[in-house]
Amino acid sequence: MSQPEFNTIQEKPSDFTDNVQARHRSGLIWTLLFQFSTIVGIVALATLLATTINQSSGIVIYEAKVDPSSLAVKGVPLEDQSKEQLMGVLQANLSEGAYNKINRETPFEEQSRDDVYDLVIERIVKYQVAESWLLWESLTNRSEIDQIIAQEYPNNLVRFVIWFNWDFLTSKQSSDPVIAGVRSAFLGSLWTIFITVLFAFPIGVMAAIYLEEYATTDNWFNRLIQTNINNLAGVPSIIYGILGLAIFVRALQPITSGSIFGTVDPTTANGRTILSAGLTLGLLVLPLIIINSQEAIRAVPGSLRNASYGIGATKWQTVWSHVLPNAIPGILTGTILAISRAIGETAPLVVVGASTVILLDPDGPFSKFTTLPIQIYQWTTRPQDEFRFIAAAAIITLLILLLSLNATAVLLRNRFSRRY
Amino acid sequence: MQRSNPMQKIVLNYPKTKTGLRRRMRWGETIIQTVLFLSGFFSIFITVGIVYELGKESMLFFTKRQWENTNKPLAAGIELDTTEFLLGSEGRSLKEGELIRLGLTGEEIMRVVSINGNTVVVERGVEGTQPKEHASGIQLYSATQVTLWEFISGTEWQPQIQKFGIWALLNSTLMTTTIAMLVAIPLGIGVAIYLSEYASTRIRSTLKPILEVLAGVPTIVYGYFALTFMTPLLRIIFGRDVVQIYNTASAGIVMGILILPLISSMTEDALHAVPNALREAAYGLGATRLETAIKVVVPAAISGISAAIIVGISRAIGETMIVAVAAGAGPNFTFNPFEGAETMTGHIVRISGGDISYDSIDYNSIFAIGLMLFLITLVLNIISQQIVRRFREVYE
Repeated sequence: MSQPEFNTIQEKPSDFTDNVQARHRSGLIWTLLFQFSTIVGIVALATLLATTINQSSGIVIYEAKVDPSSLAVKGVPLEDQSKEQLMGVLQANLSEGAYNKINRETPFEEQSRDDVYDLVIERIVKYQVAESWLLWESLTNRSEIDQIIAQEYPNNLVRFVIWFNWDFLTSKQSSDPVIAGVRSAFLGSLWTIFITVLFAFPIGVMAAIYLEEYATTDNWFNRLIQTNINNLAGVPSIIYGILGLAIFVRALQPITSGSIFGTVDPTTANGRTILSAGLTLGLLVLPLIIINSQEAIRAVPGSLRNASYGIGATKWQTVWSHVLPNAIPGILTGTILAISRAIGETAPLVVVGASTVILLDPDGPFSKFTTLPIQIYQWTTRPQDEFRFIAAAAIITLLILLLSLNATAVLLRNRFSRRY
Repeated sequence: MQRSNPMQKIVLNYPKTKTGLRRRMRWGETIIQTVLFLSGFFSIFITVGIVYELGKESMLFFTKRQWENTNKPLAAGIELDTTEFLLGSEGRSLKEGELIRLGLTGEEIMRVVSINGNTVVVERGVEGTQPKEHASGIQLYSATQVTLWEFISGTEWQPQIQKFGIWALLNSTLMTTTIAMLVAIPLGIGVAIYLSEYASTRIRSTLKPILEVLAGVPTIVYGYFALTFMTPLLRIIFGRDVVQIYNTASAGIVMGILILPLISSMTEDALHAVPNALREAAYGLGATRLETAIKVVVPAAISGISAAIIVGISRAIGETMIVAVAAGAGPNFTFNPFEGAETMTGHIVRISGGDISYDSIDYNSIFAIGLMLFLITLVLNIISQQIVRRFREVYE
């Protein structure tokens, strides 16, 4: 009687077991997909680094404007000449005015023999890149490159150049990629960040203390400040650049150009200075510093505060002697991370008005400026290959700077972090 | 006999100084609190500054009158009181009600009342200017203004001929953003699910810092990467004739890589916040790992994941250096991802990169674009915060 019903019950478990395999199969496929996306992320990072390194060194064939062998004096080749002979070469090949100008800027008596030799190379020989290969080609395709060199450039200077080198770090900016360096840009970055920290760190920490320790009642005003800070953290950086252009460069020009302090000539001064750039970046990182500091202050346990109040301390005494000392490692870590964000920022500084040509190193808040990322941007947008190479070298400089900052942050966090 | 009250005695014996048990006024504390308050308030000041400056200069952008040459010459000289005169037949024809002046620096402004062939009837000396005599042959300039409607509906951006249609720039911003999100959303969520639901603690603690490094690389480096690696790669795959040197596809893909860590870390936080009890319950019912992840954990964390996606979109819209380097310099209204097209941010960077003059329409236009950008990202950020606040599942 009940046979058919029994049958249907028996069939159900077999359905159930049948699709377990299919479910596991689709589970496996998706697992592979999830792993694949993770691998894509890592491969992207690796490719980015590989591209940069690949571009930053390789075989270069130089072409000299004046053949160095023609500059030999009495059979002594250029490399072996004394300082006086080299000065003679300079005098013979440069115009009177140009020679005197060099002497006026840095007198020859104060220059070493090697300095004068560099001058001869820079001003007279003027090496240009005739042809170049990237690192990968230079390593794997050596025989073919040697063939091309032998056929087309038998007499040229051929070097394996690592563009990221000491000369590159210490030379000043130049329109010639062979001798250009990042010293001015590096110093510009340091100056800008110095001003950024000076401006944003105190205000950021004080704002965080206010929000965490004083604005404890949940009223509309405190909520407004908190929401506002969260929103500011999401505003695109270029908007801060526009704000900086309108306020610091234009409206506060007398201050940011330094003309009211009388340090610069008011007729040529403009607001596109390190001070404007630093303050603009300060506005940009302020929300980040506030949010990070708030988290650090929040992590200090309430029992510490209560113990302090219990022995009669005032609010500020509690904050200053108990909350801040315990929160400072977290605050510093957060600040360093915010700074490394600021160091990499390019867009706002382009808008504020970084200079394309810097002949002198920045020497104060009222100097014109360029920074490492801006230098990379300018070199990247040039059509010639050589500029790509030095852009890659500048990227390596920037990444090393950022990596050391982040390492400091991690060290700070590990060294001073406490568990309650 | 009078009984003494012991309490009274104590009170009377208490030293008569001004120190009471009342709370003392501490001026130092008050000053410190005020300074701290002002620091907190400073952030409001920044927002007000942004809105005020962007608004003010955008207003100038929409109200500034520009004089455009109609190439139409005056056929005969006119007197102080002439209101009807003959014009040459060449050049652009006039419209009724238009404001005109004779010569680019002509002081007198006239309003066109009616046009009959080459004869035009004008109202002389409007807007407080005085009628003047004009010689024949002077060319007519007509006043143009950027209207809000032109700005938000136009598809052509050419400041030289007074065309300011934001869609030429907005379109390419949306293109790069779409491409970036096509890369970043699936990969980012995939990475997050893998790290949160599949990876062992050891793998997780190695992979997370790597992704953080990816997030910490400056965007200009990504721009360099797009130009020196991604564009050549695309040109090899799709052919040199198809892919231009500057194109939105390359910029978009690299931007997706930039945003991947942002989305994956926010998504992972959201997945991590889902309590283990839910997972265990799912396993207890016989669910596989995938079913637990997709059908239980992800739906429980959906508010956090949507917030991550919206923040990612907002970041992509505001991203500047990648598009400035790789997407092309020149507004171009196109839907072809292999063509160069300038985005809003890219345009701002290019225009302000040179020595820009402060009273030019170009200068005002970057504020109008900036305002647009600010509003879009602000709305997206507010939406994401609302989603988190309203739809968050709270577990004990």
